[in-house]
Amino acid sequence: MSAVQAYGLHKHYKSGKASVEAVRNVSFEVSRGELFGIIGPDGAGKTSLFRMLTTLLLPDKGTATVDGSDIVKDYKAIRNKVGYMPGKFSLYQDLSVEENLEFFATLFKTSLAENYDLVRDIYVQIEPFKKRRAGKLSGGMKQKLALCCALIHKPVVLFLDEPTTGVDAVSRKEFWDMLSKLKAQGITILVSTPYMDEASLCDRVTLMQEGRFMTTGTPGEIRDSFKKTILAVRSADMFRLLQDLRSFKEIEDVYSFGESHHAVMKDGYSLVNMESFLASKGHTEIYIQTVPPSIEDCFMQLMQYPHE
Amino acid sequence: MKQFLSFVRKEFHHILRDRQTLLILLGMPIALIMIFGFALTTEVKNARFAVLDFSKDNATREITNEMETSRYFDLAAEIHGYNEIEDIFHKGKAKLILVFPPSFESQLQHVHNPQIQIIADASDPNVATTLTNYAGNIIMDFQNRYNQERKYPYTIQTRVRMLYNPQQKGTYSFVPGVISMILMLVCTMMTAITVVREKETGTMEVLLVSPVSPIKVIVAKAVPYLIISIINIISILLLSYFVLEVPIRGSLFLLMSESILFTITCLSFGLLISTATDSQMMAMFISLTGLFLPTIMLSGFLFPIENMPKALQVASNIFPARWFYQVVRAVMIKGLPLAAVWKETVILGGMAVMLLLASLKNFKTRLA
Repeated sequence: MSAVQAYGLHKHYKSGKASVEAVRNVSFEVSRGELFGIIGPDGAGKTSLFRMLTTLLLPDKGTATVDGSDIVKDYKAIRNKVGYMPGKFSLYQDLSVEENLEFFATLFKTSLAENYDLVRDIYVQIEPFKKRRAGKLSGGMKQKLALCCALIHKPVVLFLDEPTTGVDAVSRKEFWDMLSKLKAQGITILVSTPYMDEASLCDRVTLMQEGRFMTTGTPGEIRDSFKKTILAVRSADMFRLLQDLRSFKEIEDVYSFGESHHAVMKDGYSLVNMESFLASKGHTEIYIQTVPPSIEDCFMQLMQYPHE
Repeated sequence: MKQFLSFVRKEFHHILRDRQTLLILLGMPIALIMIFGFALTTEVKNARFAVLDFSKDNATREITNEMETSRYFDLAAEIHGYNEIEDIFHKGKAKLILVFPPSFESQLQHVHNPQIQIIADASDPNVATTLTNYAGNIIMDFQNRYNQERKYPYTIQTRVRMLYNPQQKGTYSFVPGVISMILMLVCTMMTAITVVREKETGTMEVLLVSPVSPIKVIVAKAVPYLIISIINIISILLLSYFVLEVPIRGSLFLLMSESILFTITCLSFGLLISTATDSQMMAMFISLTGLFLPTIMLSGFLFPIENMPKALQVASNIFPARWFYQVVRAVMIKGLPLAAVWKETVILGGMAVMLLLASLKNFKTRLA
């Protein structure tokens, strides 16, 4: 039995006369013990999907089960066994770290002492501040506390809605390290994020846009499905280079990517043509290299041309 | 049970850590009682008056003298012609002018129909009415005494006795009013706001995705406010008894029990509002305009219900404060037992049960 199974989930909201399709016909499965990532920009429908799976919203169409329980009929059962961390920091700002944890533990009829093993790795990092009010913690600390609170009852499936949004790079990395440790303990984790670079840290990922799952697979599968050549290009004047590359006819798409620009080449392109084109534009220190597509490259293409 | 207690503890943390709000909640009743008790009194003391005396005989002097020695009036000026009257009022030198006609005393003795003109500054109609009443009473007293001395045969004397509040102190009606106002404010508005705050901050989302029945969470929220309300009731009663000298003639136990019943009604009202709204602003707006203002207007506390148009009289029935106000007056001021207020008690209890059921039914187990 899969940890999460969804068939044709659909959710729309009415705002005035306009109807917004938040989630459109989404079907997927998450195996037990898997770390499943949903990558997508703001407004892609990630939060609506999570709220349906955590029984906070009723789907308009479709069905889904979490740990074998139906999200509509058995919503009470699901509320017993999942952990949910909403995108917005949702703990009591005027309670201390310790009080928040104890409160959420009693909510699930357990105690911090009982499940200390599960949260120990995370809790030791915030323990020095346990008397501090949650509202006074830094962003990264808040996320750790929220994760602890969502974990305190040893959930079967953990839903994390954009846990790393608004958190600094170091804390983000720490957070993902914690997730892999939790995965090792057998907890199924669904995590959503707007950051594409986090995709490669998941077992399987999906790209969500405008309510749809564009592609789903392991990061490797998604990379392998990318058939075009990508060139990393650098020159002395990077800003002008990007504009010039855009005007080069043999390039399908170009965007900056870290220290270089990534150019997605059309089939039958010629490296020689490109070098002479750049030289004619007066670029110096030209550096061109073929790079294997990263998962971000794949997603950039999917978002650019969603219906290909 | 352990869960429930842990919720209650959490609510106490919320309230005790928000010092400013706590101070307001506990200080407001004291401030209101003081304001209503001392500042907002309808009694007028030491009002200035002027005299235009065309006869200057013993009778007029005696009346003027009595006016001045009463605690309600101070003689500000003696004027000598009608043309000065306007001036006196324009400069605000006096609120009231007595005009005695020429040969007042001889008219009193021989014609038996003397007249005194009282001119009042009615730019503040309430003060003018009160002052003319006072002046009229003083003149009446004088007349009675004057008649007694001369043994006139035909005089009708009325003896008015104001039962329960012989001095007609305003505080007697303010104290019950303030109690209902405070309880309404603390219980209804604060409960509504605190539940809606959980929705706004997103904590409700987390609470919903947990096995706890949200009703438990919500009822736990009401407990601290019940306790604060009891503290408020006690402080109001202590203040009014010892400082404002309002008597508590009925059973203190009955008074407290009725207050707690009313508190529960208000709490249920707050819970109902909280289930129907999503923002603190909205919750506050509904509690203030939908409940608090009508309570002040229609409970009989400021304006007598008997004087309202029929439609408003009927409408006033749906506000719990109207019934509670009657109970407090009956028990506290008149000293009546439960038997006299059982109807109001049943109505309040019924309202509490209905509101509680409605909010339970209205509570959403999901977000939308």
